[in-house]
Amino acid sequence: MNSKEITIQISQAADSLNLKKWDYGASFSNDYSVQVDKGEAKQLKASQKQILTIRVWNESNIVGITTTSDISESGIKKALNQANIASDFGNKNERTEFSPLAKDPIEVKDSKERNPVGIKKLLTLLRQAEVKLLESHESIKSVPYNGLSESFYERVYANSDGAFRSYTKSQAALYLYARAEEKNKKPRSSGSVKLGYGVEDIDIESCIKDASNKTISHLNYSSIKTDKYLICFSPESFLTIINAFSSMFNARSILDGVSLSNKNSIGEKLSTEALNIYDDGLHEKNISSSPFDGEGTPTKRLCLINKGRLENFIHSESTARIFKTIPTGHAGLGSKVSVSPDWIVVEKSEENSDLKTSLDHSTYEGEFVYIEELNAIHAGVRASQGSFSLPFDGWLYKNGKKISIESATVAGDIKYLLKNIVNIESNQEVTTSGISPHIWVDELSITGDA
Amino acid sequence: MLSSQIKSNEIVFGSCNKDLLEEIIFYGIGLGAEFVEIFIENTDNSSVLAEEDFITSVSPSFGRGAGIRIFKGKKDGFVSTNDLTKHGLMRSVSQAIEMLDITDNKREVFNGLNKHRDYSLPKKKWINEVPSIHEISEKLLVSTKSLKKNNKIITRKGSYSRNLQEVIIASSDGTYVSDIRLHQTVGLNVIASDAQYRSSGSRRFGSSGMPNEFRLWDHEKAANDVFESSMNMLYADYVDAGQMPVVLANKFGGVIFHEACGHLLETTQIERGTTPFENKLNEKIAHESVTAIDEGISKGSFGSLSVDDEGMEPEKSVLIKDGILKKFISDRAGELRTGHKRTGSGRRQNYSFAAASRMRNTYIAKGEHSKEDLINSISDGLYCKSMGGGSVGATGQFNFAVEEGYLIKNGKLTNPVKGATLIGEAKEVMPKISMCGNDLELAPGFCGSISGSVNVTVGQPHIKVDSITVGGR
Repeated sequence: MNSKEITIQISQAADSLNLKKWDYGASFSNDYSVQVDKGEAKQLKASQKQILTIRVWNESNIVGITTTSDISESGIKKALNQANIASDFGNKNERTEFSPLAKDPIEVKDSKERNPVGIKKLLTLLRQAEVKLLESHESIKSVPYNGLSESFYERVYANSDGAFRSYTKSQAALYLYARAEEKNKKPRSSGSVKLGYGVEDIDIESCIKDASNKTISHLNYSSIKTDKYLICFSPESFLTIINAFSSMFNARSILDGVSLSNKNSIGEKLSTEALNIYDDGLHEKNISSSPFDGEGTPTKRLCLINKGRLENFIHSESTARIFKTIPTGHAGLGSKVSVSPDWIVVEKSEENSDLKTSLDHSTYEGEFVYIEELNAIHAGVRASQGSFSLPFDGWLYKNGKKISIESATVAGDIKYLLKNIVNIESNQEVTTSGISPHIWVDELSITGDA
Repeated sequence: MLSSQIKSNEIVFGSCNKDLLEEIIFYGIGLGAEFVEIFIENTDNSSVLAEEDFITSVSPSFGRGAGIRIFKGKKDGFVSTNDLTKHGLMRSVSQAIEMLDITDNKREVFNGLNKHRDYSLPKKKWINEVPSIHEISEKLLVSTKSLKKNNKIITRKGSYSRNLQEVIIASSDGTYVSDIRLHQTVGLNVIASDAQYRSSGSRRFGSSGMPNEFRLWDHEKAANDVFESSMNMLYADYVDAGQMPVVLANKFGGVIFHEACGHLLETTQIERGTTPFENKLNEKIAHESVTAIDEGISKGSFGSLSVDDEGMEPEKSVLIKDGILKKFISDRAGELRTGHKRTGSGRRQNYSFAAASRMRNTYIAKGEHSKEDLINSISDGLYCKSMGGGSVGATGQFNFAVEEGYLIKNGKLTNPVKGATLIGEAKEVMPKISMCGNDLELAPGFCGSISGSVNVTVGQPHIKVDSITVGGR
């Protein structure tokens, strides 16, 4: 069945069950991936997957939901029935409706959909990449984590009010995580990830080079003294921390009491005036962009922080109604609708005169810690309290030299971090989770074991 | 439960599928596969969320699918699909064969499936014995109400989830197994706030194969525990970072062993060359006070199984005995690629993952000391009463958050402290576990790794680590 046929099937089944109001989201995907081990194929995977989430409103206009992978006629009927039963337990205090924007036009970019290259080609390319990475430096002994994959999927949203939208996409990903070993030293690891619409769009050479350079750069390491340091966050690590605390911008989190913000926080000064942050799911560099969210609301660019002040929250249909605004295209589809950012863009605003522009990660000669990558986010972030304590990969720059830092954590408070931004470099870099320049923050605690 | 309409040429749960499964395996062997494994599942899940005094989410889900794995030499091809028809399954076999580029004419022998081992028979009634959504909702609301103990508690949540999984496993070595697995878990969370101070508290409970367990859950005790934890931590100062001795509490304190060492004893880590213990069998890798076990047989424990996802009954594996490494946790691919015998530890989140060597109920065995002995032995350190999550990196470095911690001064517990993270490396920390308490307890959890998220228990008695890096401010 294609998506139109499924919509008809659901409509007919709903009629037969006397269910007047429903919507659904579906995903159909074909994925292929390979892993190698020293030139040999290790695991080759393929999957065909279908997921259907149906919501049903009962006569009291309370919503119930069911998710299934069974899209046979009987499966769809069962899902509608279960959703209807679940609606008896639906949330009567916070109603959910169709998004008022579910029929608005959506901005469908050139999909740049690629054709599958096939498992054999994936395997050949990954084997070659592994060999090149192993040959790039004598200390690189293995590439324990590696993979090349391509996915082809269709996403659909439709409702009983006549909304119907879908898009198809392709996406490919390469990751190479190398391990280097030298005598009498601890093994060191680092890696690189590259995404593309298809395998042919992935810059494999640059992935190899990045993985090699990063791994080698950690070979000479030292522990660091516990103290407060001037920190330079890489674009990737700064985006990681912003995403980890995105509940600050999240209307759902505010209503749930797990955000540092509240309903009246719009306009609150969070940071230097030099900081702008947007959520821009349709950004041309976002390989995973989706033209609509789980409720069918069109995706759009939204300013979250404007010149250091909180400008907007991200919303679903129900949170927008409670906040007396419109949905922003950030909803999932669930019994309790989740809200999450798409693609964070960080930039320097025009009001940047208070920045210490001499702080440039490529030229600054004073002492600072460069945080390349933050780890274990799920363990070290207390989003509802604003605190974090996270292990990281990075270097200590001192006296014109850099040395990799062994086993250390950076700890602090997100509000303190934002308020202590001392420079936002000019050049933005594209990462897998958004775009950001290097960001400098003064006086953050680092724990090491020196 | 889980019954489908009987159709020809399609897997039907609750019926004999032997002929169809044999046909598919013969097909794979005929095409040149050295080994064919079919894993089929049918799931019926529910989750319920209570927030404050209302049910805010009820989410049922159901589904079915198959994972087909073909081995040729040491490499394998894995295909997953939602299509359980004969045509769909054969197409998946063909796809796996094609991926592996199998073209030779050598044929393995397949003598048909063995006698059906049906572990599901006494479990078919479970679906009718588990609590209804109505019953769950009522109890969750009572639980969240119990959390409302003062006006500093600003957020109260109770959550329940139930996963019922029916599986059929068949492979070309004759394995033919059916089973039903039931996992229930319930958790309570609060956030407390007073002026600029904030804290949170959470506890999770879980069981496998015990339909009545949720009814027996002592929600009052759980609510008191969560409330006290959040109140104790509300005005806590941030911990000062540094190297110090720590005492880790029992139950979920066992996450340190799980993350720091357990993962490095999975054969997947040997395959990748990422464990420092690869060539250390029968060598001392931990303090002689440490004996560590991984097993899937404790009745009702969250990581227990009647049979693993490759059709093998789980064994009790003594991983470390008095500090000496005795065994690795192994699955079929692990045995094939590393030579370590299977331990009934081939596990996967669902049909869309190939099984891998994964922990089940993993714990440090009890010692002879009391909790007080451990604390009294420290003049300046940290007591980690409740642990958050953690992870282990590619070079064996681990870290995990301390949810509820107290300073130890002169052998006594003193002020609560927050923001602590324990950081270390397995081979350096294991020899520093110098004292084990006599109060072993297990706690449920979810472990995410190569084959998805699986139910596990972690556990230990109170243990003392002589020195570890504590991240803080």
